[in-house]
This record gives sequence, C-alpha cells and structure tokens, in this order.
Amino acid sequence: MKRITVYRVLIIAGAVLLLELLCLIGIIDRLTMQPPHRIVRDLAVILTSGSLNSAILKTLTNASIALALALVAGIAAAVVLHRYKALRETLDPLFATYYAVPIFAFYPLLIILLGLGDAPQIMIGFMLGVVVVIVNTLNGLDRVPLVLKKTALIQRMRPIETALKVMLPYAAPYVLTGAKLAVAYSLIGIIGAEFIMSRGGMGYEISFAYNNFDNATMYPLILLILLVSIAVNGALSRWEKILLARRGQG
Amino acid sequence: MTDVVKSLRNPLILIVGLLVAWQLLYWFAGDIAMRAPAATIRYTANLLTTDTFWVHLSESMRAFAAALAIAVALGLLIGFWLGLHRFSGDVLEPTLVALYSIPKITLYPLVLLAFGLGMPAKIAFGAIHGIIPIALFTINALRNIKPILIKAGRVLKLSPPEMIRSVLFPAAVPEIFTGFRVGFSLTLIGTLLGEMFASQRGLGYLLMTAIGLHNVDQIMAVTFLLVVFAAAISTVLLTVDRWLHHRV
Repeated sequence: MKRITVYRVLIIAGAVLLLELLCLIGIIDRLTMQPPHRIVRDLAVILTSGSLNSAILKTLTNASIALALALVAGIAAAVVLHRYKALRETLDPLFATYYAVPIFAFYPLLIILLGLGDAPQIMIGFMLGVVVVIVNTLNGLDRVPLVLKKTALIQRMRPIETALKVMLPYAAPYVLTGAKLAVAYSLIGIIGAEFIMSRGGMGYEISFAYNNFDNATMYPLILLILLVSIAVNGALSRWEKILLARRGQG
Repeated sequence: MTDVVKSLRNPLILIVGLLVAWQLLYWFAGDIAMRAPAATIRYTANLLTTDTFWVHLSESMRAFAAALAIAVALGLLIGFWLGLHRFSGDVLEPTLVALYSIPKITLYPLVLLAFGLGMPAKIAFGAIHGIIPIALFTINALRNIKPILIKAGRVLKLSPPEMIRSVLFPAAVPEIFTGFRVGFSLTLIGTLLGEMFASQRGLGYLLMTAIGLHNVDQIMAVTFLLVVFAAAISTVLLTVDRWLHHRV
C-alpha cells in the first residue's frame, strides 16, 4: 500500500513537472497555457484579493442547492419507486437512457420558463444530478436483506419509519456512490449553464477570461474548480469506505 | 410474442406519458417558451427536408464518429494495460477515478487553446469525455474474469496476443460493452457541448444560434431530434448489453 502511494504521488508530481518544463522551454506557449507555478500563484492572488469571491460563492452556492435538491428529491423518489413496482418498471427505460440525452439542450427552455437568474442553472444542475441518485439508491434498496424488512414488520413500523430507520441506513453506501456522481453532475450543470448564458459565476468568469485571453484569471479558476470537485469527491469516498469497513465489506 | 408485447409496453406507456407531460407544460408555459409536440414534429419534418440541416448533421456525425473511435481505442488500451498489469492498475486507477469525477466542461478553454477552433477541438472534447469510463469498465471487466479461464489459457501455452484474443477479450466483452455504452453517451454529449461553445457547424452550433436568435421552433426541433436520436441508440445498445450479459 505504502509503495503504491509513493508511486502515485511521484507520477502526479512528474506530470506537473513535465508541464512546467514544457511551458518554461516554450513548447507550450504563454498564450496557450501558463506554467503550473504561475497558476498556483495567480490563484493565491485571486483568493487573497477577493476580486472573484462573489463569482466563486455564487457558483458554489448554486451547485450546493442543486446537489441538495437532487439528493432529497432523488432519495424520496427512489423510496417511492421501490414501493410501487409498476411505476418503477415504466420509468426504467427513462433512467437507462437519461444520460444519453444532452440535458443542456433544455437550458434555453428553462431560461424562458424561469428567467435568466440562478433558477434555470440550479434546475440544470438538479436535472443532471437527480437521476444518478435515484438509480443508485434503488440499487441499494434492492439489496436490503429480507430479515431486516421482516424485523421492521414485526416492530410494526409504518412505511416512512421503515424507510428512514431500516431501508435507507442499509442503502447508505450506495446512496453515497450516487451522491459522489451527483456532486460532479451538479457542478457540471451549473458551470456549463454559466458558460452558455449567464450574468455571473465561475463559468461566466472563465469564459469571459477566455474571450479576453486573460490566462491569469482563467487557469486559476479552472484549477480551483478541479480542486473543489476532487476534494469533495475524496471526502465522500473516504466516508463510503468507512461505512463499508464497518460492515466488514471494505 | 407475449414477451415482445411485454417489453414494448413500458416504453410505450413512458413515451405517451412524456408526450402528455410535454403538452401540459406547453399549455402552462405558452408559445413564448416552447411549442406543442405536434407543432415540433411538423417543424422537425420540415427541417429534415432542408439541405443546410444535413450539412450540420453530417458535420456532427463525423466529429462524433472520430471522437468515439479515439475514445474506444485509447479507453481499451488504457483499460487493458491497467487491468492486466496489477501494479500499474493499483497506482493509476484512483487517479483515473478522480479524473472521471472532475467537471470536464471546465477544461473546454484549454482544449480550444490547444486544438484551435473547429473540428479537432470538437473531437478532442468528445473523446476526453468517453475515454475514462471505457477504461474503468475495461479494468473492472478484466479483474473479474474467472481465474480458471486464465489458468486454462496458461495450460494451453497461449502467447499473450492469443490469450487476449481468445480468452480475455471474449470473457470480458459484456462488461466492456457496458463501458462502451456509457462512453457512447458521454462522447455524444461531449461532442455536442464542444459544438455549442466553439464551432461554426454542427447540431450543437445550430442549437446555440437558435438560442441566440430566440428561434423557439428551431430550439425545440433540434432538442427533439437529439433526444430521439440519443434515446433510440441508447435503447439499442442497452438491448445488446443485456443480451451479452445473459448469454453466458
């Protein structure tokens, strides 16, 4: 395990170093990409000066709202679908093909319906995230052992109580798998929508900087988004591992 | 026969349900926001008879085909390497998972700066969406092959290429196909996004100009076509996928 971690760090460090070298020698020219150390320094400057704080805050807030909505609605929908087999079977083809459909194509429609504010962006993030939560939660609910369900029956739990105290806790690791993907999807939704049409946010700032060849703003923001998504994802993965290890499956 | 009826029933109920929901939403939102299903289908049929549409469609399809070919080739290459070489796999797989989780849409300015506006950027943007899922599914597929199959191959003294061709690949094919299915959708989305942001041709561009001009008819028609196309192909792939998994 130790040796693997060392190699992993070495490879990533090597890749960054290679990029740095290519930039410094000039094989990758300045207009295309800044050397990595400059990107990190510019990011520090942006964060300490606070010039883009409102944009960063807007994007992260919207992504969090979209994620929260996707989780709540997704888990609730999965519990309902799990109880009503016929409804689930009808919707199955929709879930199976859902991610093949470019959801962004609905963005203009949502702008007209909800106005050019935060709402259509949150809606896009929500729509991208919710189905992956539903599918993974259903997958977890399918695996609840019969003995647990029978115990709930013997305790005369009502359906909602059973869902909250027995079914969902058992399905938690699977719900987390869905949540991890939903984090990425909600960020993609918000940032993509900001790219296409918006009045603020990180996606907007990136595309504005791109149009003005302002690499000193663009690359640090890209780096920040990558860091945020990798950090959240890593934290959720760790939690998932702890949950599985407690159950002796890790 | 009853099986066919049964397997068609759910999708049919779903399609009717979606059309009803669409019509209801139209009554609620009105002409400014969208068109009714019937009007959209009529406009789409009209659009299909124009020459310009086919120019855009063929451009999109060429970009998508190239992106998919690259995604499959690189995805399989990485997948077979990391799946067969245990140590490389242990070192690099978590990195791949982390890369899979980043919003690749943020990388689009980088792709544009590296490849320039036009075809190569679209292809690259589509391909980076598809490579990683195909690689990850291939790694898992190879790791879950029953050891007895590999032992049988060794006993028969198969050379590495023979081993891959006649043991590993056939055994892993159902899972690899699932990866291909996921990679297919993601590559399609990636290519379209590339067209939306940076292109002068293609369906994504058509959609983006329609948004800019607030041409509701065209927005609805292109969205409708994309959804029908994606859903149709995805259904076919899903059927093949299920067949491959149940064959064994």
